[in-house]
Amino acid sequence: MRRHYILRVSLKPLIPIIMVFGLYVQFHGDFGPGGGFQAGVIFAAGIILYALIFGLRRATALFTQRGLEILVAVGVLLYGMVGVASMALGGNFLDYDVLAKDHHDGQHYGILLVELGVGFTVTAVMAGLFFLFAARRPAQ
Amino acid sequence: MVLLIFLVVMALTMARLRDLFAAVMLSGIFSLLSAMLFTVMDAVDVAFTEAAVGAGISTLLMVGTLALTRRRELTRPRVIQPLPLVVVLAVGGLLVYGTLDMPAYGDPNAPVHTHMAPRFLEPSMDEVGPPNFVTSVLASYRGYDTFGETTVVFTAAVGALLLLGNPPRRDDPPYGDGVDGDSGDGDGVDEDGVDGGGGDGGTAA
Repeated sequence: MRRHYILRVSLKPLIPIIMVFGLYVQFHGDFGPGGGFQAGVIFAAGIILYALIFGLRRATALFTQRGLEILVAVGVLLYGMVGVASMALGGNFLDYDVLAKDHHDGQHYGILLVELGVGFTVTAVMAGLFFLFAARRPAQ
Repeated sequence: MVLLIFLVVMALTMARLRDLFAAVMLSGIFSLLSAMLFTVMDAVDVAFTEAAVGAGISTLLMVGTLALTRRRELTRPRVIQPLPLVVVLAVGGLLVYGTLDMPAYGDPNAPVHTHMAPRFLEPSMDEVGPPNFVTSVLASYRGYDTFGETTVVFTAAVGALLLLGNPPRRDDPPYGDGVDGDSGDGDGVDEDGVDGGGGDGGTAA
């Protein structure tokens, strides 16, 4: 897309807006529609748009294959760790009530962390899948 | 109703089209229409997911796949085969028959309103807290299921990475080094994928 100046110039300001909207969906999911899955997909869309505009090489220099692989695992581990932490504090697995003194706060922290884990995993999976497809050479 | 008719028209057009690019675009529109349908039925979270995943990312991935393959489907003479047609019509008829005794949309006596709503919707503000009870149900009441879903996404990513990752380098021997039983690629059909794995296994061994 190096020569498509109009597309590049007009799409570039969209990327930060998409990213901020992803953050909004991520952290506002308990008040409005949204949550980890949707936010992850929106974030990945921002990353993919960056890759489309500036080329795959620049995008994968920022979001390396290795980094994305680690992020996929970190998301699932974060989710699991919340469960383990609530067990360590004397509750059941993923019983957020025990995470804070007030059980509403505990639920809030638990949901926030768990959704963050989902967001990490989904972002990394979606962006990683796109990079995998885009890096392959077409069949002859 | 209008949206449903549009959905049917889209699906039929997609099935008849031979131009794959147009079919992918139509599938994106199909997802967008179903997202609108979900919005009309007040399932905003589902609509959001459908719009982001169905209309956004999967259309993009399909376009990315199209770049690797041909743009047009191979044309084949259309022959109507009786057995598949009968099977499809029978299964479709059974599915429609199955929906006949389901409660109507918005029926206040439906089990979902007499059992689920009193148990989860009404106490959720007190038991969990967030005003959006979809989040309460998703992340708290059924947090274990969502954990399972996240693990499924994780597993799918690992599978895709193993199959598609590690594009073969030019200096790899074309059929691996035969250390770790990769005689399976003797058919030479998809050397790309198998080579990467074989080469890696060889260095690890």
